[in-house]
Amino acid sequence: MELKTLLTSMVIIGFSAGLVSAQADATLAVEGEVISTSASAPAFAENLDTVYSGWRFRKLETRSLQLDDFDNPAFVFVDKGIDLFEKVDGTEGKACASCHEDVEDFAGLRPKMPRVEDGTLVTMENLVNECRTERMGAEPWKYSGGQMTAVTALIGLQSRGMSVNVAFDGDAAPFFERGQELYYQRVGQLDMSCSNCHEDNYGVMIRADHLSQGQINGFPTYRLKNAKLNSAHARFKGCMKNIRATPYKEGGDEFKALELYLAARGNGLSVETPSVRN
Amino acid sequence: MKKIFMITAVSVLSVTTAFADTAPSDVVFSDGAVMASLTTVSGDAAAGRDIFKNRKLGNCLACHMNDDMPKQQFHGEVGPPLTGVGGRWEEAELRGIVTNAKMMFEGTIMPGFYIDSGYERPLKKFDGKSILSAQQLEDVVAYLLTLKD
Ligand code: HEC
Ligand code: HEC
Ligand code: HEC
Repeated sequence: MELKTLLTSMVIIGFSAGLVSAQADATLAVEGEVISTSASAPAFAENLDTVYSGWRFRKLETRSLQLDDFDNPAFVFVDKGIDLFEKVDGTEGKACASCHEDVEDFAGLRPKMPRVEDGTLVTMENLVNECRTERMGAEPWKYSGGQMTAVTALIGLQSRGMSVNVAFDGDAAPFFERGQELYYQRVGQLDMSCSNCHEDNYGVMIRADHLSQGQINGFPTYRLKNAKLNSAHARFKGCMKNIRATPYKEGGDEFKALELYLAARGNGLSVETPSVRN
Repeated sequence: MKKIFMITAVSVLSVTTAFADTAPSDVVFSDGAVMASLTTVSGDAAAGRDIFKNRKLGNCLACHMNDDMPKQQFHGEVGPPLTGVGGRWEEAELRGIVTNAKMMFEGTIMPGFYIDSGYERPLKKFDGKSILSAQQLEDVVAYLLTLKD
């Protein structure tokens, strides 16, 4: 009798531990401000009820690095972004700050990226490089390079805590549909799609990694693995190489479409830029 | 004299059999199982155990827990635990599952370990190649058969 009760309670504990481990049920408060790390899934994501930030799936030590900007290793790079923002470059003798007096004016931009302009899908990186080449007479920065991620992190930070809200209808619809197609397409020698891991199996361990939904609300992301900021496209590239697939080009049409689709899957999550992951 | 002749014949035979592995495209499935061994050399379970955990070879541990490997720190949970799997499936079924799991489990995430075509955009160095060789596949099957409760 006693043994039976004991066994039953063990089973219950085991079961609920299993449930909790799917994703941490914790609150992310950065610098005291609460940031929502879950939201009800958009209707088109038929196989999901709730969307979760990747933060929820990381270990406690990794999660806690994001709670305080002094602990967050990404801020070394954000500071570099501030310097770059103020640095004169190019034939016009201008810095970003010459025209964009206050970087805080970019608040509200990150949740709406990527977006369609005159029939072209445009990412944050594209906007920055457009100003460099068209308005400063400067060389474009490398798409996922250190200068670019420093500045896109600085710009993204201005919207931290705001809800992702990209448009995926109207003239964005064809890009969204292309992104959706890529998300479900199996590729590589391992013959897997993004959905195989991030939709069908989020919440479980794949060897040492706790699979998340592969959301992009925290990009650019500081990774402990390479100790630098990573663009969303660099992350897509890494996932493709892991399944032994030839990645698409960073900044190319496929990854831009995938970015729009993933951003839309995360509509309602808060911008977490710059997030910390392993 | 006769004896020497026989030895030569045997060694010739074993050289040719090394090339007689069944090619990925020639593997015959029936209900997801593969009856015939893909090689003439029987599988080496100890080698199969290494392949099971090696991240660059089987990496089966990425998705499957396995109580036979308590020293390995990380066991995946994407697929069912393989503890005791040798008692649940016949040899031919295990060979079929590891060769191309999609023949047994439609739409599965589990990769086909002995297919060399039918996948898109592989990295160049893997183009036209299978993840495991025929012998490695037989080694893994031999290892799985040792996993009995
Ligand atoms: C074999 C499984 C697998 C596949 C397939 C896969 N990924 Fe991932 N991905 C991972 C793992 C493991 C991580 C790190 C842990 C996590 O966040 O899930 C990761 C992380 C990510 C992240 C970072 C999430 C964050 O919170 O910072 C993004 C974004 C992502 N993947 C996108 C993709 C895209 C896009 C595809 C398809 C092109 C893809 N992944 C395919 C396994 C996979
Ligand atoms: C010569 C002036 C000038 C310089 C220098 C300049 N920009 Fe711009 N930038 C503009 C103008 C004009 C726009 C378009 C404004 C608009 O549409 O609201 C713009 C737009 C942008 C946008 C899109 C804003 C939005 O809300 O749509 C971003 C992001 C941006 N710039 C970043 C930068 C960065 C980063 C630098 C430095 C590398 C930089 N800019 C340098 C003039 C400049
Ligand atoms: C990417 C994850 C993944 C990898 C890697 C993987 N498997 Fe699987 N495996 C699965 C899943 C998922 C199933 C369940 C079948 C299904 O999809 O319904 C499975 C099923 C099996 C089964 C049937 C188990 C049972 O009890 O029914 C065997 C045997 C098996 N796998 C062996 C292996 C071996 C051996 C390897 C390495 C050579 C391997 N798997 C690698 C995901 C994986």
